Amino acid sequence: MDYTLLLIQVLNGLQLGVLLFLVASGLTLVFGILDFVNLAHGSIYMLGAFICASLTYILESYLLAVVFSLPIIGIIGYVFELFLARPLYTRDHLDHVLGTFGAILVIDTAAHLIWGPAGIAIPLPDYLDGQISIAENIEIPTFRLLIIAVGLTAAFGLLWLVNFTRLGMLIRAGASNRTMVAALGINIRSLFAIVFALGATLAGLAGMLIAPITEASLGMGNNIIITAFVVIIVGGIGSVKGAFVAALLIGLIDTLGRAFLDDLFKIFMSTTAAENSAPAISSMSIYLIMALILSFKPKGLFPPRLR
Amino acid sequence: MKKVVAVLIFWNFFIPLAFAADIKVGFVTTLTTPAAVIGNDMKNAVNLALKHLDGKAGAHNIEVVFGDDGFAPDTGKQVTDRLLKQDKVDIIAGYIWSHVLLASRKSVLDAGKILISSNAGPSQMAGKLCHENFFSASWQNNQTPMAMGEVFNREGIKSLYIMAPNYAAGKDMVAGIERTFKGQVIGKDLTKWGADAQLDFSAELAKAKVSGADGLFVFYPGAASGAFTKQYHQAGLKDLLPLYSVFTIDGISLPKLQAANFSGIVGSKVTQQWDPSLNNQANKKFVTDFKEQFGKYPSFYAAQSYDTINMIASAIMAVDGNMNDMAGLRSALKSANYNSLRGKYSYGNNNFPIQNFYLREVVEDSDGNWTTEVVDTVFKNHQDPFAAECKLK
Amino acid sequence: MSFYLDLATRLCILAIAAVGLNLILGYGGMISFGHAAYLGIGAYAVGIPAHHWLYGGLDFLATTNGFMHITIAIVISGLFALLTGLICLKTKGVYFIMITMAFSQMAYYLFVSIEEYGGDDGLVINTRSEIPLISLDDPIQMFFVSFLSLIFFMWLIHLITKSNFGLILKGIKDNEARMISLGYNVYLHKLIAFVFSGIICGFAGVLLGNFMTFISPEMIDWARSGELMFMVILGGVATVMGPLFGAIVFIILEEILSSITIYWHLPFGLLLIAVVLFFKGGLSSLLSK
Repeated sequence: MDYTLLLIQVLNGLQLGVLLFLVASGLTLVFGILDFVNLAHGSIYMLGAFICASLTYILESYLLAVVFSLPIIGIIGYVFELFLARPLYTRDHLDHVLGTFGAILVIDTAAHLIWGPAGIAIPLPDYLDGQISIAENIEIPTFRLLIIAVGLTAAFGLLWLVNFTRLGMLIRAGASNRTMVAALGINIRSLFAIVFALGATLAGLAGMLIAPITEASLGMGNNIIITAFVVIIVGGIGSVKGAFVAALLIGLIDTLGRAFLDDLFKIFMSTTAAENSAPAISSMSIYLIMALILSFKPKGLFPPRLR
Repeated sequence: MKKVVAVLIFWNFFIPLAFAADIKVGFVTTLTTPAAVIGNDMKNAVNLALKHLDGKAGAHNIEVVFGDDGFAPDTGKQVTDRLLKQDKVDIIAGYIWSHVLLASRKSVLDAGKILISSNAGPSQMAGKLCHENFFSASWQNNQTPMAMGEVFNREGIKSLYIMAPNYAAGKDMVAGIERTFKGQVIGKDLTKWGADAQLDFSAELAKAKVSGADGLFVFYPGAASGAFTKQYHQAGLKDLLPLYSVFTIDGISLPKLQAANFSGIVGSKVTQQWDPSLNNQANKKFVTDFKEQFGKYPSFYAAQSYDTINMIASAIMAVDGNMNDMAGLRSALKSANYNSLRGKYSYGNNNFPIQNFYLREVVEDSDGNWTTEVVDTVFKNHQDPFAAECKLK
Repeated sequence: MSFYLDLATRLCILAIAAVGLNLILGYGGMISFGHAAYLGIGAYAVGIPAHHWLYGGLDFLATTNGFMHITIAIVISGLFALLTGLICLKTKGVYFIMITMAFSQMAYYLFVSIEEYGGDDGLVINTRSEIPLISLDDPIQMFFVSFLSLIFFMWLIHLITKSNFGLILKGIKDNEARMISLGYNVYLHKLIAFVFSGIICGFAGVLLGNFMTFISPEMIDWARSGELMFMVILGGVATVMGPLFGAIVFIILEEILSSITIYWHLPFGLLLIAVVLFFKGGLSSLLSK
């Protein structure tokens, strides 16, 4: 067993998991507290990537671009909540799905009109563009380590917010029983707007972190939204802790599956059979995990105690 | 008032009829989704070709109607049907993607029209599904990687690590390599493709790095090309694991890669049947004018589209605009009697080109722009491996 | 003219699928995000036998007989619906949505991985299903078969919803707990509806495969399931005409807008948002005012 390779793949899995968490956390909060199904969450992730990409070229610094893009995304999230989400809170989930699907079309086409069809590659400063040796023989691209660091910081920041502040207490209360919170005189409208903007900012941050690796490109949101939904289902809707555990779990399983499944299969089947079936199975892996977990825990791993 | 109406009718109906009838060409390509970068390049090349021809083939006007396939086979088939039945085009051309071409094929051939592929070259169209009315202006999917396999043999590459997307074209590329490569494939990763394609290759690149292979071969078209090359560059593999690719690094992706300074790919090698540096008159004019008008080097997609229009023009002139003379059109197209940007070539029994393939390297030109240059000729007059499966003689 | 005929045929086929989905989504309150899988299964039920008939291999399956294709489609869609339904129906709400989607994604990756049937490139067949006295190669007959099938299924759904079974289903949608306490086997009823809905979509898939003569895993993609859902919701759930209206608007708009500009998704999306915000109950409610 090549332990260095295993370690590298574990770190890759962690990086994917951390990014998934950033996207999923906003989604689970919005769904859990506002009871709003937001398919367009992925489009906000995409906007984060594009806005940061454009600002990187204008400001000639990736880090500055991130700093300025975050509040912009927060404002976009707020506007979205005001005009699209708020009128739909009293409606059926079906209407949320239809409305936010319309929003995806609008945002994606607007992005095409503004930035053109080609993706935008983000140049990184030299000190972020190389590799770091974290042990003998083991080199990781610096930027990936940065993603893990930023992601974990954001994760712990969010967990601290949710568990140790008054705002967090209101969020958890809202996830458990929204009507009661409103009845207790809390300004639900502001709370909702804050939660929505917070979720959007986290998703935008995820987009800004992945773009230097995979480019800001049209449709990138539609790819991640499905995985994000799988994460929040597995974690339990409304639970930030659940989203964290599920995101890391799925990130690791997906990465390790891609890396080692064909080798695993080769143990008990022929090489060609392994090569043909491994990619298909590893693509299905996150759905298999979800189906498996739902059959034992139909409400996910850590559902908040219900209303 | 009646006079005005009469004059208007006269101008709008009778005057146009007095001129030679327009020959209408339907051109299906991708104009939405991120893949539109390719479609736009092709569209530009088509328009440049029309400009160079003054919009005419002999005495006849050529009008090109573009259709957008949205990177989906059923949209492509729908737009093909619309071009045939509503716009009533005389010839259908274009098609970037194999699956869109395969979906649209029956509509065109059942309508008795000529179908020309400006890019896609699936093995079925070269073999079992070949047809006398279908012509390729490009290549057959397996040829380009077959050339690459031969390059490996010549460069003394004994062990290879392969990464490609897990779909039909990806597997075709791998199969092409395996046909000609005499060394050993010590690692193969087929990554997830489709709507949520995998764009983070950290796991696979890590495996490739430790494999100790002599070279890394990849096929990552579209959005994946930027993502892959970036990560390859970031992993610092340029000297450890030289990069060989097909359909990944081209005139479309290079400007973007240069803007983001992914220097890891300069010096990497690709194969194809055409290169901007090919030294014939038609090509020099094409590349110069393309750069002047659009500010960048043309891609092979553009070159093939330019060839398509010239091919069609030569056929129109051969039948003097009589688009019902199918036999005449076929024989004109089959003779490949036009100034192709790749130089002279001929058609095989399955109407796919028998042509040269070149080894090209990513270099910096005298203006400091990244482009490719021919380093060697890998195959001369190469025919695709499926011609024998085609029933045509 | 023949272009509009093609459009109308495609419309009928998708409307049939929407009608099938409406049974469980509209009347039963089960939001399935994986129904495109049945369209795909039905289409492959035509494609795979035809492929073997044209090119050999798997002789027991090789046929162009239309009734065989329909039977295979019904059996396989029914089985898929039964097996996945057994698991999915144990969940509720958004969990149900996700798990139905998960199964259809698995079907998608399964078909992508089977190289014999083209995988991602799709399966091209040069022939259509053969049904006595009818030639599906004639676009007019193709249209009439689709149109009459649509009328048949709409009538069938109308009968079902008026029947005892239909009333129980609506009761389940309104208040599942009450139905359970009234002694109904809710799970069984939902399962039957789910299987039936899958079979209707499977039949639509047979027509789709014939119409396109090109079958690809992309027919199973989650975005396609989404489109079916939108047709149903747009037209007005739990109505007989709703799925038809939704399909009409969706397809006609798509056709008109896409010939005006390649950026047609923008006005289309705005329209969807407007319908959701201002026309509760979808287009059906608009027409019944």
